[in-house]
Amino acid sequence: MSLPTNPQSEQSTTVSRTVTHDAERRATWNPQSARSTSVSRREFLGSLSAGSLVLMGKLAHGQAGLTVPGAVDVDAFAPDYFVSLAPSGEVTILAHRSEMGTGIRTSLPRVVADELEADWARVVIRQAVGDRQLGDQNTDGSNSIRFFFERMRVAGATARTMLERAAAERWGVDASLCFAELHQVKQRGSDKSLSFGELVEAASKLSVPTEAELKLKPRDKWRYIGKDAPITDLDDIVTGKAIFGIDARMDKQLFAVIARPPVVGGQVKKYDDTAAKAIAGVVAVVELPHFHEAPNFQPLGGIAVCANSTWAAWQGRDALEIEWDDGANASYDTDEFAKKLAAVARKPGTVLRATGKATEVIANSKKVHHADYSVPHLAHAPMETPCAVADVKTDAAGKVLSCHVVAATQNPQAVQQAVGRAMDLQPADVLVDVTLLGSGFGRKSKPDYCVEAAMLSRELKRPVHVTWTREDDLQHDYYHAISAIHCEAALDEQGLPQAWLQRAAYPTIGSTFSIGAKLPATWEAEMGNTDLPFDIEHLSLEVAEAESHVRIGWLRSVCHIQQNFAVSSFADELAHLAGRDPLEYLLELLGPDTRRLDMAAAKLGNRGASNEEYPYDIGRLKNVLRRAADRADWKRAASLPRGKGLGIACARSFLGYTGHVIEVDVSPKGQVSIARVWISLDSGTIVSPDRVMAQLQGASVMAATQALYGKLSFKNGRAQQTNYDSYRVATMKDAPREIHIDIVDSHAAPSGVGETGIASFAPALCNAIFAATGKRIRNLPLADHDLSWSS
Amino acid sequence: MTKIKVNGTVHELNDVSEDTPLLWVLRDHLGLTGTKYGCGVSECGACTVHIDGEAVQSCVTDLSEVGDSEVTTIEGLSEDGSHPVQKAWKEFGVPQCGYCQVGQIMMAAAMLKSNSAPTDEDIEREMWNICRCGTYPRIRAAVKAAAQEINQ
Repeated sequence: MSLPTNPQSEQSTTVSRTVTHDAERRATWNPQSARSTSVSRREFLGSLSAGSLVLMGKLAHGQAGLTVPGAVDVDAFAPDYFVSLAPSGEVTILAHRSEMGTGIRTSLPRVVADELEADWARVVIRQAVGDRQLGDQNTDGSNSIRFFFERMRVAGATARTMLERAAAERWGVDASLCFAELHQVKQRGSDKSLSFGELVEAASKLSVPTEAELKLKPRDKWRYIGKDAPITDLDDIVTGKAIFGIDARMDKQLFAVIARPPVVGGQVKKYDDTAAKAIAGVVAVVELPHFHEAPNFQPLGGIAVCANSTWAAWQGRDALEIEWDDGANASYDTDEFAKKLAAVARKPGTVLRATGKATEVIANSKKVHHADYSVPHLAHAPMETPCAVADVKTDAAGKVLSCHVVAATQNPQAVQQAVGRAMDLQPADVLVDVTLLGSGFGRKSKPDYCVEAAMLSRELKRPVHVTWTREDDLQHDYYHAISAIHCEAALDEQGLPQAWLQRAAYPTIGSTFSIGAKLPATWEAEMGNTDLPFDIEHLSLEVAEAESHVRIGWLRSVCHIQQNFAVSSFADELAHLAGRDPLEYLLELLGPDTRRLDMAAAKLGNRGASNEEYPYDIGRLKNVLRRAADRADWKRAASLPRGKGLGIACARSFLGYTGHVIEVDVSPKGQVSIARVWISLDSGTIVSPDRVMAQLQGASVMAATQALYGKLSFKNGRAQQTNYDSYRVATMKDAPREIHIDIVDSHAAPSGVGETGIASFAPALCNAIFAATGKRIRNLPLADHDLSWSS
Repeated sequence: MTKIKVNGTVHELNDVSEDTPLLWVLRDHLGLTGTKYGCGVSECGACTVHIDGEAVQSCVTDLSEVGDSEVTTIEGLSEDGSHPVQKAWKEFGVPQCGYCQVGQIMMAAAMLKSNSAPTDEDIEREMWNICRCGTYPRIRAAVKAAAQEINQ
């Protein structure tokens, strides 16, 4: 089979969605929990009783700040999200972003409910299917609140305004006298009130107000925004009723486990399935096509064993005898590749941002400092491996009639596109239900596993559920890129940099989508390299080419992982060289508090956000740095005993600002204990403070994992780590003992949170280790280093 | 045919091989999907259930090893989510994605049966389950709160 490989070729697809058969197509999907029920828009409308009020918020054109340009078609934002009121007064809010642990399935509906003045106890949340008319559903890039905060307010305010107007008509008074309050509309200066339910029918007959007619609630009247509530799935989670992708079931489904080529781009030469078929419970063995051109979201290919249980399929898979043709990546060796990358990063590269004459100044300077940093490949390793079930119906000739996928996916529209392409269907004709996700971290934005399920279902003419084993997950991931970053600075007599050069080399995410892409994209470079915030006259911020031998993907915090590690470590090195306090030195490097990075002059994309609404505000960055330092009592840093150290770093990532101070204890034998972490965050307006705290706690643990253990290596093109025993992740005993979180009370526009807490963690940790031991860590992970010391 | 007692009910299993891990028996044959797969090699604890009250990783426990023992899964820990550990998990808002939390809860419930006043060190040693969302700080707090309730 041949699959189109240019994702952009489908961007202009006309949506002619045939949803009339949704109910029929969904008939085999048996959600075991009402809360996990998802619903298509048409079905949603159809299920409402007569007299229900359904409102369609009119949406402006959406932001363009997508994680992967061209990978997913989201350019057209039709009008679209829904809040409905039943005649009983029950409010239903459609959650269209995926819940993978951020609380978004609760937070965005809370924004709607707030503006609506709904009683939260009378709100039901339903999960939307993939539907481009809902706007961006790619739950990725820390974008959910930023993209949809205002839009959800408009949805709620639209409904509220119509209810208020209906009450005004009923009472024969001016609408300005009517106001909604907790599921009632009241009349000013009287004790009259009507419940939302009593007003639904009348409101549904009014015309929908324009956005200009709406009066959004002032901040001091917010009822739910900025206040905490338990996540909507909490009871189901603690009782085991929550349905994740691995739990999705369709009638008569088979369970599949797949042997994929151990080397990316490899394919099956020949195979023997005799032993596999002899395993009790094994029903079928199916060869899957290998991908064509760039990997994109196509399956890797291989041999699938389908059985009546996961275990039988797994046993069958392991019993296959397969001879592989490994292909062009068979010699990939990350030890060798890391050396090549480091060499490339030391040679002149492609300059993406330059001011002054950095190269000349450095060449002529009496005092130059340089350093090379590296971070290995990392795997996402979400607790729930990629899992999906698909039901594909075909006619006698094999033409696909319908396709229904139920998946743990961060991006149901990408599932529609990838599965649609493979099934020869329009994306809009692929019905995608979204379960809860057992975390994602970017892995579940890539729907190769959904395509596998659809291909197998089409072949076997019954629903097929694909489960990736942990070994599959670690060996066939879309990996975070291995990287090398070279830094140089020319220093004046005070030890301050007059010129700063930084060059990053790593395989680009673009290589997953187009063959031959070798240069990091500008948006990748902007995550900690070209957005260098320091006030330095001569800058040369560069990238260098790197080949890709595996599928490269985006992992929580993406290129900030390596680039902020390099920047903030190098700044700390310079501070120590100058004999300066690292905090004071950093504050001086950042320049005046009133400074703003000139984004246009620097040709920075700012994640698609407007530079007016989301300026790169040095004052905010310095503020979080100072706040973290104050809370950590930074002034004790210089007088700590050997073996104990404080490290500091700051970052702007996903438009939010973080300052980190980390206190470590390093035993004489070199055992690292992350005793305390202070993090100050300024991400503008906050919807759910407790979930933001949870994200920052979680980011600390994930960043600790990356710094302590993160390393996925390859030999002969094969991933060397196979499970959590060899790909170690932090457990409770490795996690920071104390995490002190400080959230700046800000009225600024909401920025990212989920990924923001990662960027400045690893450098702060390594800076603390330097302070404690005198050992400068330039190559992660820490597990590769001997940190022992003697006094 | 094999018999297995889960959450007080005896189930008869036909055509399930004796070497099938309990995890997949629960999930695929009995439809008890609350117990989760995470690693298959007893490294992450997501599949933790109780066998005769002890925390056991069901991914490495063959059906043949269960015998006449009583298996308790999250579905049988309490009727309505009212076990002190479940209550504490809700009070502290422990779950993020929630996937590993069933295993965490089962692990904590078993630990508190034998040690109702765990120290930080006890909790770190016994609660070795992996949580990729990083809920450890809240797990630690919730375990202590559950212990307090149990002791009251």
